[in-house]
Amino acid sequence: MRKHIRSTVMAAAVAVLGAVTPIKAAMAADDTIKVGVLHSLSGTMAISETTLKDTILMMIDDQNKKGGLLGKKLEAVVVDPASNWPLFAEKARELIQVKKTDVVFGCWTSVSRKSVLPVFEELNGLLFYPVQYEGEESSRNVFYTGAAPNQQAIPAVEYLMSKDGGEAKRWVLLGTDYVYPRTTNKILRAFLHSKGVADADIMEEYTPFGHSDWQTIVTNVKKFASEGKKTAVVSTINGDANVPFYKELGNQGINAEDIPVVAFSVGEEELAGLDTAPLVGHLAAWNYFMSVDAPKNAEFIKQWHDFIKDPKRVTNDPMEAHYIGFKMWVQAVEQAGTTDVDAVRQAMYGQKVKAPSGFESVMNTNHHLSKPVLIGEIQDNGQFDIVWRTDGPIVGDAWSDFIPESKKLTADWTFPWVCGNCEKPKYTVN
Amino acid sequence: MRANPSFILSLPLGGKILLALMLGAALLVPLLNLLTPVDSFFHVPTYLVSLMGKYICYALLALSVDLVWGYCGILSLGHGAFFGLGGYAMGMYMMRQIGTRGVYGNADLPDFMVFLNWKELPWAWYGFDMFGFAMLMVVLVPGALAFLFGWFAFRSRVTGVYLSIITQAMTYALMLAFFRNDMGFGGNNGLTDFKDILGFDIQADGTRSVLFALSALALAGGYLLCAMIVRSKLGRILEAIRDAESRVRFLGYQVQYYKLFVFTFSAMLAGVAGALYVPQVGIINPTEFTPANSIEAVIWVAVGGRGTLYGAALGAVLVNYAKSYFTGALPEVWLFMLGGLFVLVTLLLPKGIVGLVNQFTSRTVRSPLRFLYAGKQP
Amino acid sequence: MAFFNALKIYALLLCILFMPLHAFAQTQADMPGLIHQLTDKSRSTQAEAVDALTATGDPVVIAPLDALLNGNLYTRKSDGSVWITTATATGFDLRDPLTGADGGSVAAGEMSKAKITNAIRTRLRGSIGRMSLLGPDPKLRREAADAIFKNGARESIPLLEAALEKETDETVIRRMQRALAGVHLDQSDDTQVRLKAIETLGAFTDQDVRALLNTALKQSDESVRAAAKKALAGVESRLEFWGMAEGLFHGLSLGSVLLLAAIGLAITFGVMGIINMAHGEMVMIGAYTTFMVQEVIRNSYPGLFDASLFIAIPAAFMVSGMVGIAIERGIIRFLYGRPLETLLATWGVSLILQQTVRSIFGPTNKDVGTPSWMSGAMEFDSGLALTYNRVAIIVFSLMVLGLLVLVMRKTSLGLRMRAVTQNRAMANSMGIRTGTVDALTFGLGSGIAGIAGVALSQIDNVSPNLGQSYIVDSFMVVVFGGVGNLLGTFFGAMSLGLVNKFLEPFAGAVLGKIFILIALILFIQYRPRGMFALKGRAVEN
Repeated sequence: MRKHIRSTVMAAAVAVLGAVTPIKAAMAADDTIKVGVLHSLSGTMAISETTLKDTILMMIDDQNKKGGLLGKKLEAVVVDPASNWPLFAEKARELIQVKKTDVVFGCWTSVSRKSVLPVFEELNGLLFYPVQYEGEESSRNVFYTGAAPNQQAIPAVEYLMSKDGGEAKRWVLLGTDYVYPRTTNKILRAFLHSKGVADADIMEEYTPFGHSDWQTIVTNVKKFASEGKKTAVVSTINGDANVPFYKELGNQGINAEDIPVVAFSVGEEELAGLDTAPLVGHLAAWNYFMSVDAPKNAEFIKQWHDFIKDPKRVTNDPMEAHYIGFKMWVQAVEQAGTTDVDAVRQAMYGQKVKAPSGFESVMNTNHHLSKPVLIGEIQDNGQFDIVWRTDGPIVGDAWSDFIPESKKLTADWTFPWVCGNCEKPKYTVN
Repeated sequence: MRANPSFILSLPLGGKILLALMLGAALLVPLLNLLTPVDSFFHVPTYLVSLMGKYICYALLALSVDLVWGYCGILSLGHGAFFGLGGYAMGMYMMRQIGTRGVYGNADLPDFMVFLNWKELPWAWYGFDMFGFAMLMVVLVPGALAFLFGWFAFRSRVTGVYLSIITQAMTYALMLAFFRNDMGFGGNNGLTDFKDILGFDIQADGTRSVLFALSALALAGGYLLCAMIVRSKLGRILEAIRDAESRVRFLGYQVQYYKLFVFTFSAMLAGVAGALYVPQVGIINPTEFTPANSIEAVIWVAVGGRGTLYGAALGAVLVNYAKSYFTGALPEVWLFMLGGLFVLVTLLLPKGIVGLVNQFTSRTVRSPLRFLYAGKQP
Repeated sequence: MAFFNALKIYALLLCILFMPLHAFAQTQADMPGLIHQLTDKSRSTQAEAVDALTATGDPVVIAPLDALLNGNLYTRKSDGSVWITTATATGFDLRDPLTGADGGSVAAGEMSKAKITNAIRTRLRGSIGRMSLLGPDPKLRREAADAIFKNGARESIPLLEAALEKETDETVIRRMQRALAGVHLDQSDDTQVRLKAIETLGAFTDQDVRALLNTALKQSDESVRAAAKKALAGVESRLEFWGMAEGLFHGLSLGSVLLLAAIGLAITFGVMGIINMAHGEMVMIGAYTTFMVQEVIRNSYPGLFDASLFIAIPAAFMVSGMVGIAIERGIIRFLYGRPLETLLATWGVSLILQQTVRSIFGPTNKDVGTPSWMSGAMEFDSGLALTYNRVAIIVFSLMVLGLLVLVMRKTSLGLRMRAVTQNRAMANSMGIRTGTVDALTFGLGSGIAGIAGVALSQIDNVSPNLGQSYIVDSFMVVVFGGVGNLLGTFFGAMSLGLVNKFLEPFAGAVLGKIFILIALILFIQYRPRGMFALKGRAVEN
């Protein structure tokens, strides 16, 4: 009997080692600079994120053609977190600890970012996050290259209030029920109050993810709009739900002159799945449109088409954000002479990149970019016609001035603050 | 029914290996992680510790599914709900532990509530600042839901696919509910940014090792409990219900109470798995309630071998290891691999991997291993 | 009231525009210059040009204004001349904006489009509308009347009265009467006129009238207030009725979507007992087939586009059906008698199919166009709008259901299908080739799912995830209706759709759905085999 017990224990020990060894063996030596790509290639988010993976592969390819970085070749390490948030955390850890990547470009949804955030902070990794988001965050280990709310939502609403935008007086805030629309609408409500709009003139409505039956809501919007004053819809509807929403708008005959819809999550890629003829005149606010008339943009589009080998593919704002983020990282690494995260982070501040948007983007010490805000009207060819733009780049605000709790917080990762959410600097200057 | 040595020795070989593995891992892995130098051959990196901890939690979930499906014929497509509820109970405890360390520094309210302009803690959060209460809820909430659900369903003799589909409806309804920000459980972002548990830093290697060891012990304990249940007289009746429910009823057994007991127990086990899972992956969010997750848990059981308990655990670990490996190594085509695996296992291995191994061992290596098969094969 | 004051000023301007129509026309503004100005980059310059052109009162300017509104006004890059264009396969046919003279054809790259914003669009629509109040197009006259109703200026009264006298179209007369009454109620000093206006308005049922009557409640005259209150009550009760009708329509339309999504499953799961998790992917394949059909049509036979869906229906049936038969022959036939294991295998199949589509077509949405006959809505005076695509889907789902019932009940294939599913061994011994029948039944269910995909491509995303979003709902519908009963599936789908839509206004989309799921769980306790349970012992196993 004892013999059998012993053999069982032996078997157990062998099994444990057997499980461990192959993973350990996978750790390789580093003669290249490894760039992690953490975008979902399957599941619900694949629809948006796959393009971003291709963008980073394109940038790496381009950099390698120019001779690499610090005399080494760049190597992409692509993983698929499969739109599964715990898997995002696992894959982030794998990229940093096992695959030894020097930088990671990734994430789309806020929840995926929140899921990997503790991993990056614990292991002191570096993440470039390319999507417009709700703000209220500034991590030492993340550079946010998408828009903060003050770089997208507020200028768009100001435009709709202006004479050119149609002088809207009543507002419908439509969104998917998650943190980005909730925050954006909270900020917008405070902003609208400050402009003298009463609560009775604001309708706020949330729908679940992937909501596909918009009949009732669109009818309600129509009713709300028929009560006299000029009405505009501010849409923070997420990805999938947009196509059925716009189809319903088109079918119910809501045209942009009557009720303009300005969207913060609808770009060229989303419109590619739609017949845009009934949507002409509806708006979107971004920091970049494919239709920007700038030499840098023409170059960017050509590079994309050459890489993806499909001249029909569009470019969009998060792709431009990755473009900027990657270029900045390359510049910072060259400046620092190393890929060490702490050195690169220091070198990132103040990095400038001539962006496809036609402006020069700058990385600020709150880890957010300065970017211009553009407002475009949907055209019948699926592109946007830019009808308004800011005079110059706007500094991204990590903490919104319109939310009392966050107004008092400052994000600044340089001396003397060295903090992402502090009311006073960590160090005093003598 | 006591867990005396003879009971353990009467378990099937796979069960013994599972117990030995878990006890061994609970001891060895923390030691190898904490005490060996990083570059040593025997060093187990923290990455692996939390990864294996995650697998073990999945294994515990699979075990609970196998108990009801393999031994009582209840195909639950909603066990992810119990797993998720247990996870949320743990997550809520850890959220309360953050206290003033949140970005807005509010001692009572988690960040997302401050953010949604909530002025006070919703009632559902009361008591979750106490570890004991939270741990009680980890088993009580899933247990109560399973009891309520089962009480209705088994009494009115909902069986077969009807039962499967309404368990799916249950987890789907919970998913929708938890996605709503107004419910007060963090909506889509769920609960995250945990700092510590019982005062131990959740990111410290030591804490991770202890959590891993606890998971391993929980799996071993869960396996022992399940094995005791299925080998008792109660277990025989459960199997009888699985094979011919009407006949058991005609013999005078109150079928619904047996089913209710095993369903509730299994839900509690799933709740424990969820509670151990959350601190190790650092996030709990409503996607845990998606029907697809529950279906996957059923698939783990089928891959490992239904009605063997240890096979369920094996299936969970194998499938998830395959998932981890392929999503990293073959990110573009891993779904083909996974899908193909499910199809092939169903077609070629109706009794799962355990069935294959049993077939192999019983045919070729008659002695001495056969001697170890003191326990009956289901 | 400041709003109405602003409107008065606007109305005054409008008045100036119309009174001296001929006076302006004689001054002969610089028309070609103004047309050129329409294409200017500055919005205010464009607006000036629109106003100046409208001020000429010359009907000839309607064509260029309309072209600008619809995005057909272009400038030629080479000489800066302005043209109205008609798109052709290779480029544009050109017409002179004022004379309509033919300007030949050019390649697309040689022209640049005159861009406008919503503000200009509104201005254009207003201008065209006002110029068309006496124009030939009844639709434009109607729109013009509605515009005046919304703007409510006293000065438009004579204009409206003049137009009313000439008007022959019944609908337009009603809209003009409505507009006239609206202006009277808001602007007239005569109590009798206002009372009369309230009476007229009380006969209408729409949101705008309700809003206007609401403002009349604030008028100083007691009798006007009382009349307005009475009229308002009538309008509101009718609105409520039409609201119910609208809810009913929305419910039926959601129900028909659920029915379409579930009906294929009612065969593969309901009749055959296969827990077919790949059902959603069959729907997705149908939607992608529609996309492929449209691609071919767009590239080769653009004239057929309106018929594309009719071509896609048999194509989708064939493609999905073939895939279904392949799955049945390759996998499922080994699993009969093990229903729960079909769940696992088909789940694997669904993952593979999703990834296959993702690899072939890419992960992004595909653009499936809506034929012109399916765009837009039937609008009623009551403000009720029935969108054509929804109506089409309701009709289509009923046709599919009817056809399926016929196949199952009246054809020999249907007979054999029922025989095999009820007692396989017996059917086999009677000489029925069970294998073939199984394959055909599964193929039929999958093919029907493919047809559903054609319809769903009109209202939802065409992406690899399409099927996933319908699978849970489909199973609910089949189980709720009663497994193995097509009629049950129909009632299941429709009642879930209706209840959902009636709950949505009170509970919101999400809570409503949660309530329905809980109600469904409780309902199954009450009827453990669904609404229409098959009777008999055979069902027990």
